[in-house]
Amino acid sequence: MPQETAQVNKSIFTPFNVIAGMIIFCGLIITVLRFTGGLGAVTNLDDNNPWGIWIGFDLLCGVALAAGGYVTSASCYIFGLKRFHSAVRPAILTAFLGYALVVMALHYDVGRPWRLPYPIFLSPGTTSLLFEVGLCVFLYLTVLFIEFSPAALEWLGLKKIRNLVVRLTLVLTIFGVILSTLHQSSLGALYMIAPSKLHPLWYSGYLPVFFFVSSVFAGLSMVIFEGSLAHRHLHHKMDETHLEESAGVALGFGKAAAFVMMGYVGVKFIGIAMDNNWHYLATGWGLWFLLELIGFVVVPAFMYAIAARDRNLRLVRWASILAVLGVVLNRLNISVVAFNWHLPSADRYFPSWMEIAISLFIVTIGVVVYRFVTTRMPIFYEHPDYEH
Amino acid sequence: MGISRRQFLGWLGAAGAGATAVSRAEAASNKQFDGYPGSFGILHDTTRCIGCRKCEEACNKVNELPAPEQPFDDLSVLDKTRRTRSDVFTVVNQFQKEDSQLPVFVKKQCNHCLEPACASACFVRALRKVKTGAVIYDESLCVGCRYCMVACPFNIPAYEYNEAITPRVTKCTMCHPRIEKGLLPGCVESCPKEALAFGTRERLLKTARRRIQKYPNAYIDHIYGEQEMGGTSWLTISGTHFSEIGMREDLGTQTASSFTAGPLAAVPVVVALWPVLLTGIYAISKRKDKIADEERIHAVAQTVADANEEMQVKLAKMKDSMAKEKEAAINLEVKRALEEAAKEAAESQQASEEAGSETPKEEK
Ligand code: SF4
Ligand code: SF4
Ligand code: SF4
Repeated sequence: MPQETAQVNKSIFTPFNVIAGMIIFCGLIITVLRFTGGLGAVTNLDDNNPWGIWIGFDLLCGVALAAGGYVTSASCYIFGLKRFHSAVRPAILTAFLGYALVVMALHYDVGRPWRLPYPIFLSPGTTSLLFEVGLCVFLYLTVLFIEFSPAALEWLGLKKIRNLVVRLTLVLTIFGVILSTLHQSSLGALYMIAPSKLHPLWYSGYLPVFFFVSSVFAGLSMVIFEGSLAHRHLHHKMDETHLEESAGVALGFGKAAAFVMMGYVGVKFIGIAMDNNWHYLATGWGLWFLLELIGFVVVPAFMYAIAARDRNLRLVRWASILAVLGVVLNRLNISVVAFNWHLPSADRYFPSWMEIAISLFIVTIGVVVYRFVTTRMPIFYEHPDYEH
Repeated sequence: MGISRRQFLGWLGAAGAGATAVSRAEAASNKQFDGYPGSFGILHDTTRCIGCRKCEEACNKVNELPAPEQPFDDLSVLDKTRRTRSDVFTVVNQFQKEDSQLPVFVKKQCNHCLEPACASACFVRALRKVKTGAVIYDESLCVGCRYCMVACPFNIPAYEYNEAITPRVTKCTMCHPRIEKGLLPGCVESCPKEALAFGTRERLLKTARRRIQKYPNAYIDHIYGEQEMGGTSWLTISGTHFSEIGMREDLGTQTASSFTAGPLAAVPVVVALWPVLLTGIYAISKRKDKIADEERIHAVAQTVADANEEMQVKLAKMKDSMAKEKEAAINLEVKRALEEAAKEAAESQQASEEAGSETPKEEK
């Protein structure tokens, strides 16, 4: 709301702004290096390790953690859980930003980013799962843009178009769920082509299922986590409904996540049983695998369950942090840690500081834009002209 | 080399004819594919290889690659195990057998899979298996996603990481341009020991089998590439177990595309089923809402009705009690009036008694 922007004029040198500014400055310099010197100038990628954290973190984690968009809108509009309504807009915004940043990150990672439309418009390689991922991400980004647009249109005061778009909500939501199912699972299926490179504990014919199911609780956890952050920093932007519903959203989502996570653990073990990989559990890799699965899935699942039973908001929030970290760990294990596990350690990959800096840079841009949008557009409150 | 140029051109014609007979898509597909009939391959016999690196040199020359740091006749390069790089399409590696003094030399390059993982992984079809048997790369399409490198089970494609604007994926082309011109692949042509042989894949398989049969003690009874990853156009035979000379034996015989066939097949299922399911769920939740709404309306009406009735009863009761109270009040008044009257009467009686006159006493 325009009359509330007055307080922005305080000082621009807040700790947040200073740190964000430094990261963005660094990022811009590395961007120049990347596009003048090639990938070799800034990354530790090599011929054996063609994919690093720009894929493992920026793409895989980015997409998984942006799953809150489809999970929330589906639960509200398709499953009819109206009490989650106030969580939809923030979740859609995060998803939209998340996907936009994933696409931005891909421009750094691929060799010739200006050709990114080729697979869709020029020469589609339909046998490739990457094609499926690309197509779905492209379409879903469009869907998210439309889903998000009412907030911007309300802010701009364009009533007519806004009302038109709002009428499309159900169709868009269904479309979003289909596209998300496809590309969330395809991201896992990307690795199915390389059974000889991924450690058997992580490789499985169920990889697409694992990725899809984990995206559901990744999305739920991200909504909770982000909600608690927003509460701390953007409290004044929230209307009554949002504040009233937010505890219910956190607890409800936590409970749902607990169920999905236990289901996920179940399928994971079925996956091990199918390939009879039990003996690997006794190795160092097995311990690492169990740490990921027990420490970062089973434990937060129990925390969620207990928190939902006791209506303990703090516990839900802690659980969401652990669950989000667990998803990040899983994606990095598959893409980086357990990938090329058979190679001698000299041939293994570890990201360069500049790769990490670019990943940070992209996350920072996300946070800055998120703050910009939420302090201006009706995200945490309903626009007075459009309340229903 | 045991083949004449004329023979070679004859094969080429046969390959062309065979290839036109099957007009399949050249890119990898999801169906089992046993290679183009009559397509070419190369057989590498490691028992004949002396590690002279002449093939490396020839490859460098025919592909116009930059000169290497160490010259090709410097054999100290062999001390380290190498892999293909963006400017090195083929390398010869040396392996020391435990039970013998003699090292084994193995040439490494793209194996030109019959159903290439790299081609099935490429999302712009920049990599294709063509009728000659070669897997070739189209620079003009490549986006540089490097998924082909992730996919290749032999770790072959390399990338020009230090190119800023036009980075390419590079790998052995099986000298496809030379084959089309009727020339032998550079490496095959230059091999002084005939450790490399060029021909149709079928014929090379026969040759390999014959050698193994003839000298069973000199060879392992296995043709690497006949089955690996669904078969490759490049074949290798050896006197040492392949796993000891840097070639993975755990790759299996399934094609790369068979691993991804499941998820790809699931796409239409999801696209077809999800909308139906989701609209169904939506309809149910909507209906649930509607029923809940109806029930609520009904309940409200009921409560209103109930309330009305109760009100009536209450009113009636109230009226009743009011009437009663009124009556009681009247009675009270009457009583009081009567009492007063009686009192007056008694007083007047008393007064008259005092006056000495007898009147009968009134009873209450
Ligand atoms: S060896 Fe690798 S690069 Fe060569 S065709 Fe097979 S998958 Fe492709
Ligand atoms: S790097 Fe190029 S050739 Fe390889 S998969 Fe990507 S687009 Fe295809
Ligand atoms: S076939 Fe040609 S490109 Fe391949 S290794 Fe031999 S010379 Fe090099």
